[in-house]
Amino acid sequence: MHNKSIKELAAGLRAKEFSSVELTQAMLARILQFQSINSFITVNEDFALQQAKNADARIAQGDFGLLTGIPMAHKDIFCTLGVKTSCGSRMLDNFIAPYNATVVDKLTAAGTVMLGKLNMDEFAMGSSNETSFYGPVKNPWSLDAVPGGSSGGSAAAVAAHLAVCATGTDTGGSIRQPASHCGITGLKPTYGRVSRYGMIAYASSLDQGGPMARSAEDCAIMLQAMAGFDDKDSTSVDLPVPDYQAGLAKDINGLKIGVPKQFFGDGLAHEVAKIIQQAINDYQKLGAVVKEVDMPNLKLAIPAYYIIAPAECSANLSRFDGVRFGYRCADPQDLTDLFTRSRGEGFGKEVKRRILMGTYALSAGYYDAYYLKAQKIRRLISEDFKRVLKEVDVIMGPVAPTTAFGIGEKMGNPIEMYLSDIYTIAINLAGLPAMSIPAGFAAGKPVGLQIIGDYFAEEKLLNIAHQYQLTTDWHRQSPKGFE
Amino acid sequence: MEQLNENWEAVIGLEIHAQLATQSKIFSGAATAYGAEPNTQACAVDLGLPGVLPVLNEEAVKMGVKFGLAINAQIAPYSVFARKNYFYPDLPKGYQISQFELPIVGNGHLDIEVDGANKRIGVTRAHLEEDAGKSLHENFHGMSGIDLNRAGTPLLEIVSEPDMRSAKEAVAYMKKMHELVRYLGICDGNMQEGSFRCDANVSVRPKGQDKFGIRAEIKNINSFRFVEKAINHEIERQIELIENGGEVVQETRLYDANKDETRSMRGKEEANDYRYFPDPDLLPVEITDAFKAQIKAQLPELPDAKKQRFKEQYGLDDENAVILTSSRQLADYFEALVQQSGCEAKLCANWVSGELLGALNKADLDIADSPVSSERLAGLLKRINDDTISGKIAKQVFELMWQSESSADDIIDEKGLKQITDTGAIEAVIDRIIADNSKQIEQYLAGNEKVFGFFVGQVMREMQGKANPAEVNKMLKAKLK
Repeated sequence: MHNKSIKELAAGLRAKEFSSVELTQAMLARILQFQSINSFITVNEDFALQQAKNADARIAQGDFGLLTGIPMAHKDIFCTLGVKTSCGSRMLDNFIAPYNATVVDKLTAAGTVMLGKLNMDEFAMGSSNETSFYGPVKNPWSLDAVPGGSSGGSAAAVAAHLAVCATGTDTGGSIRQPASHCGITGLKPTYGRVSRYGMIAYASSLDQGGPMARSAEDCAIMLQAMAGFDDKDSTSVDLPVPDYQAGLAKDINGLKIGVPKQFFGDGLAHEVAKIIQQAINDYQKLGAVVKEVDMPNLKLAIPAYYIIAPAECSANLSRFDGVRFGYRCADPQDLTDLFTRSRGEGFGKEVKRRILMGTYALSAGYYDAYYLKAQKIRRLISEDFKRVLKEVDVIMGPVAPTTAFGIGEKMGNPIEMYLSDIYTIAINLAGLPAMSIPAGFAAGKPVGLQIIGDYFAEEKLLNIAHQYQLTTDWHRQSPKGFE
Repeated sequence: MEQLNENWEAVIGLEIHAQLATQSKIFSGAATAYGAEPNTQACAVDLGLPGVLPVLNEEAVKMGVKFGLAINAQIAPYSVFARKNYFYPDLPKGYQISQFELPIVGNGHLDIEVDGANKRIGVTRAHLEEDAGKSLHENFHGMSGIDLNRAGTPLLEIVSEPDMRSAKEAVAYMKKMHELVRYLGICDGNMQEGSFRCDANVSVRPKGQDKFGIRAEIKNINSFRFVEKAINHEIERQIELIENGGEVVQETRLYDANKDETRSMRGKEEANDYRYFPDPDLLPVEITDAFKAQIKAQLPELPDAKKQRFKEQYGLDDENAVILTSSRQLADYFEALVQQSGCEAKLCANWVSGELLGALNKADLDIADSPVSSERLAGLLKRINDDTISGKIAKQVFELMWQSESSADDIIDEKGLKQITDTGAIEAVIDRIIADNSKQIEQYLAGNEKVFGFFVGQVMREMQGKANPAEVNKMLKAKLK
């Protein structure tokens, strides 16, 4: 059961080959069996089984959709009513949200079963899942390697077949990079396509929730339920949501693919480059036309991101002060002591590093030189994309410069860690949608191809990814021991 | 203060915080009503829970634009909310959503009148922001309590130019602003509840010097009286300080009404770096010309225009015009009274600004809560107008109306207060009074005109005030010739 697609599972549920309760039990058993990869922070058996029962009842009444009764899990950044939402941090280890994130509400309304909450880098700050208060997640493809981050728990759980699909969030590559490292399919939608309400903010102007699953088709089904305007999120966009599944079958003959030469510079591992080149060649066989494009400002993405994201996070994380919820230090002596020790003890090292960077960048006398300049660069990068996307339909390239690196390998070197998002960050700065799809293996580790589209072109991205997945089976591979 | 006038000049700017009269908060759906149990009017957004997002209340934007149009200010076609970062227990998010570089209202002005002279006070800007909660320092087992009911309440911060030169001007400006926001219906103006409060920036400089002195900011003053006292005190403090060889430091001071003094709270600029930056959770506010036109069409007649019209249309003197236009409700009451009574505007004006306002002030009531409606008062004025009762009797009737719900006519009938115009009856009383007071007659005939009043009084007393005074005067004059 655990290897089936959403559509196959939905058909099985409808045909009464198995019930949602049985499917959920099977998944819960696998979660227990593969506990050692540490992909879950919270598993809620009773809660999940109750939801599965409800789903079975709905199916019996003929009131169901493709997601009814499908066991999935949420990244622990999405608030879930009555279930701990930690955001991977000691700060929120005791936090039980009194409300659901809009994404959680929508997927629940679609009938999904929530197995639990998935591990992640603390407050989504990290590229390896190693900054989590709950310890690193192991990559199912290579247990001594990281799954990527920050949605590392989501990617690992889906790759290990512990959940049919999962939610993730992407601020600088946090859906795509772990999807690439774990050999699954992940989509970061256009900024504003999916509501951010109830998704704990890291960098508000960059954060975007999206689906992580084993195929473009599964992502399409998930995104259908997740997308749409939300009057609780002023930055969500009021545009109709297309029928993503219907768009999957479209012919991609004549598709114009842009390949930025900047994507193939120094730092890209040779074996990764080879696989990406091969995938692009495969697209040509499907009728696509490839064109090299020039995006001179891409190299500025990392420095700009590491001003803007920390600046926003320095304010976003101020609410964690030990006053109303979350971690509070023992025996505060006075107000300053309460603030400084609660935050000092509640936050991990990487979170503190980014808060300090952001605070510095916004300080009087530095604001213009850092924050304003970074915003200007952000505009230049957006212009680069807009210009190129007038000439081509999509842009393709690698997701990450290497395959999944070893646990502990980059923790001592933040700059090197930051560079693992070199191909994904620019897309967040521009607010564009992008996907990672499995495109091959290098030394047994998955490599993802990145497909970047124009604003609100999710339908096209899913279509292009699906067409590739019809002719390849990279996405159908399972890590050894998790089949 | 004489000293001040000779050698020193004060420079004053005010930052007024007007709480906007919206039903719900500026970024959440929670109610703004005052006085609820602590933390019962604070939703997830007001509490700053993880994951929540602000959504701008359009009503607050409309009110901001309304204000801007009323002071002839530039309305920003594009304004931006920014985060003002600082840690405080009653500031749930660790930042206040405010406006910094691009406020909704730009340059405007307000004209004030002090000692008969007009003066134009510049308004630098007005911006929208959210209020913080309240820290409660009583009885929590040695800890402080936090009430977040007020957190997220919409405020309009109105920043003046440093155009005022005396506490008196500052009070006039603040009063005028207070009148204006209530006219516009954007603020209830309740100063006890903190709906309308101000910070005063005060500095002094030697007369004739262009450069401003170093200013101190007096925080959170919530009455007109305190503004005047606090500013005057601060001016004296600064002058004394400088004259004794000291230096004013830029700082925030608190006015202590009990001791009538200001004292230092904390240094300002050097202590706080608010690290403002645009709030990425909120889109810029775009105001179109069409939107502005729509709001403009809804603007009520403003105090200055109304005052002018009252003078022209009703022939009121300046004093009455000022009093009657001091609030929209009072002006409306007056105009309704004129219409309903059909009496001369002057009579109506005198009654409203005299008897009615006197009674309201005594009972500490607002015109909106007046026990005597304009219809009922009109009923009374009609009876003065048609000589049924005298003005003096009318005051008695008014008092009875104040205490009951009866109409003027019912009270006049019931109490038999109808004026006696029967000249025969009056003449009989006059004759008797003249006969009984021969001494006074002599004095009067000897040229002491004042004694005439004595006779009028005697006659009126005899007739329990019900005689028509004009008739009494006329007849007495004739008799005493």
